[in-house]
Amino acid sequence: MDVLKKVPVREQDPQVRATNFDEVCLGYNKEEAMEEASRCINCKNAQCVKGCPVSINIPGFIEQVKEGNIEAAYQVISESSALPAVCGRVCPQESQCEGKCIRGIKGEPVSIGKLERFVADWASENGIKPAVNAEKKNKKVAVIGSGPAGLTCAGDLAKMGYDVTIFEALHEAGGVLVYGIPEFRLPKTDVVAKEIENVKSLGVKIETNVVIGKSTTIDELMEEEGFEAVFIGSGAGLPKFMGIPGEQANGVFSANEYLTRSNLMKAFKEDSATPIMHGQKVAVVGGGNVAMDAARTALRLGAEVHIVYRRSEEELPARVEEVHHAKEEGIIFDLLTNPVEILADEDGWVSGIKCVKMELGEPDASGRRRPVVIEGSEFVIDVDTVIMSLGTSPNPLISSTTKGLDINKYKCIVAEENGQTTKEGVFAGGDAVTGAATVILAMGAGKEAAKGIDEYLSNK
Amino acid sequence: MYKIVRAQELTTNIYLFEVEAKRAAKTCLPGQFVIVRTDEDAERIPLTISDYDREKGTITIVVQTIGAGTMAMANLKAGDAFHDFVGPLGQPSEFCSEDIEQLKQKKIIFVAGGLGTAPVYPQVKWLHENGVDADVIIGAKTKDLLIYEEDMKKVAANVYATTDDGSYGRSGMVTTTLKDLVEKEGKQYDVCVAIGPMIMMKFVCLTTKELNLKTIVSMNPIMVDGTGMCGACRLTVGGEVKFACVDGPEFDGHLVDFDQAMKRQQMYKTAEGRALLKQQEGDTHHGGCGHCGGDK
Repeated sequence: MDVLKKVPVREQDPQVRATNFDEVCLGYNKEEAMEEASRCINCKNAQCVKGCPVSINIPGFIEQVKEGNIEAAYQVISESSALPAVCGRVCPQESQCEGKCIRGIKGEPVSIGKLERFVADWASENGIKPAVNAEKKNKKVAVIGSGPAGLTCAGDLAKMGYDVTIFEALHEAGGVLVYGIPEFRLPKTDVVAKEIENVKSLGVKIETNVVIGKSTTIDELMEEEGFEAVFIGSGAGLPKFMGIPGEQANGVFSANEYLTRSNLMKAFKEDSATPIMHGQKVAVVGGGNVAMDAARTALRLGAEVHIVYRRSEEELPARVEEVHHAKEEGIIFDLLTNPVEILADEDGWVSGIKCVKMELGEPDASGRRRPVVIEGSEFVIDVDTVIMSLGTSPNPLISSTTKGLDINKYKCIVAEENGQTTKEGVFAGGDAVTGAATVILAMGAGKEAAKGIDEYLSNK
Repeated sequence: MYKIVRAQELTTNIYLFEVEAKRAAKTCLPGQFVIVRTDEDAERIPLTISDYDREKGTITIVVQTIGAGTMAMANLKAGDAFHDFVGPLGQPSEFCSEDIEQLKQKKIIFVAGGLGTAPVYPQVKWLHENGVDADVIIGAKTKDLLIYEEDMKKVAANVYATTDDGSYGRSGMVTTTLKDLVEKEGKQYDVCVAIGPMIMMKFVCLTTKELNLKTIVSMNPIMVDGTGMCGACRLTVGGEVKFACVDGPEFDGHLVDFDQAMKRQQMYKTAEGRALLKQQEGDTHHGGCGHCGGDK
């Protein structure tokens, strides 16, 4: 074994997986996990923990994996995280825990994400649940949204003994984990549903089909239903469009719509009641993780897929692993390319996307080099489907119906480190506060808010 | 699960369900809609609210069977339940937030076509309960397809029924009756509210433009989540992109780009499906197939 290298993880062959929705990464088995765990040098001042937004005791759980004590490893992770099987799959470990790993200075870091995933999957297969040991506090807390922030906040509060109810607008719990991230990256039944069951096993109740701001309001929850504190983890669900001509043509979708149809409504299955457009040639506009998800979904539905992104490969906001997987599967990257118009036929269906070539100029406010149009470089890519994946912003439904809840100019809820908003007893975290970010940052915010709420209710 | 307390076939292919939905029934107002799913694997179907009872905690919806999803609903009986029922969604009708005294000065005409008669009912009823009596035109292809006439008579000032084939009431399209009322029968209106098939709303708007009569329409585009998340329901209103689910469903009809909206309606209708639809919808067909020219 080369101690400088990660134990390789088994994956589905790119050619095969490009035609199915089964999970791409197959994960470690116990032997592989124990071997990989043995690469951890158990640093005294562990940097990896500092890189983890929910501060999992990483050397602690890896130490247990080394010894083959997987159940003990699971309980170590569970002290800090309610969704390890999810995080092991979708966290950007390369810029967090693994990015700080001392092993990474000379060689590859310990494969912390894959180890976390192995431990969580093993616990699920063996029916191990997170331990519950809190005394009931007899205080009601409402959590709005059942995505990563809400589930984490609810799980932590339940562990502290609070009586927690999650309100979810859709018919199924999970938020972005069920409507946004595709099956081939995050299996719904085997992974997401099971982790939600674990949160429920802590005593958390989930009421689906409740749109806060419409079905009821935060003020009503607090004044009429006896909730003493509220956590808003409603995410950033509003899609952005470019505002270019032709965007209303048939065959132009937001990534949110396309992915919601495929993931939440299961439109990728042939017998699904909900339809999805099966394009022949698809352009996905954008370069983030959501763009990669939309592109790889369209590919699996049988299309030739182009990622159209206005900067260069270096600036792609998507995780390196996702870009790598997309390329392996045959996604075509049209970089330094920006759409200016969507062309439609006489019946209103997309027939092409007119683009211009870009070059990189001086760095802009984000520190990335600003893309500049090359004059006279217009050209058309023939496509029948365009998926806009330009980012999302928070939904104003809650902020506009809650008295005294301030938002900033980006429509994000204003909150302190501990989640406290401008309204007493109301906390917020995740994408609703930061704008679109990652699952793990939302979980970190949910965790901080759970502490904030506990402190608030303890002193009340 | 959301229990059905009453199920009734109103006429061929049109079914009414009164459903227990306590949260939605407590806060809903006329003009808003709900999204329902019959079972675990069903589509999310948006339906405009047709009535509500705050004390019983129920909401009434009326459905026309046009696809697999609505067909499945037709088989539901009292005592059965919807798997999911969420609402109220969208904005209430504009008049719900107007000053009642000013509203009382207004003459309102509702133009209801086919299934669209059902969502007109709670609006007329709300106005009646607030001391405002409006006129209502109810249009249907034939006498048998007319719905809600008796209920409407109890809450409206005047109800004018019209059938395309002249089998009941006046004869011809709703636009003919509307024009006759204003131009020949001395009626004066300040606002028109038109709800029905998109093609009907388009033609009502063309008529009311001529009559210089402000017109509100209720748009029913394709939707998925109904909370602003997906943008499937986007339409162009006065040159701006709006989401029917959160900005609407009611808009100023004179500003709506109906031709675009009708094209977008066809998004998931395949060529084969369109032919089938034309065959199945028969008399109620209103241009959604994209082939008959009804939307041109």
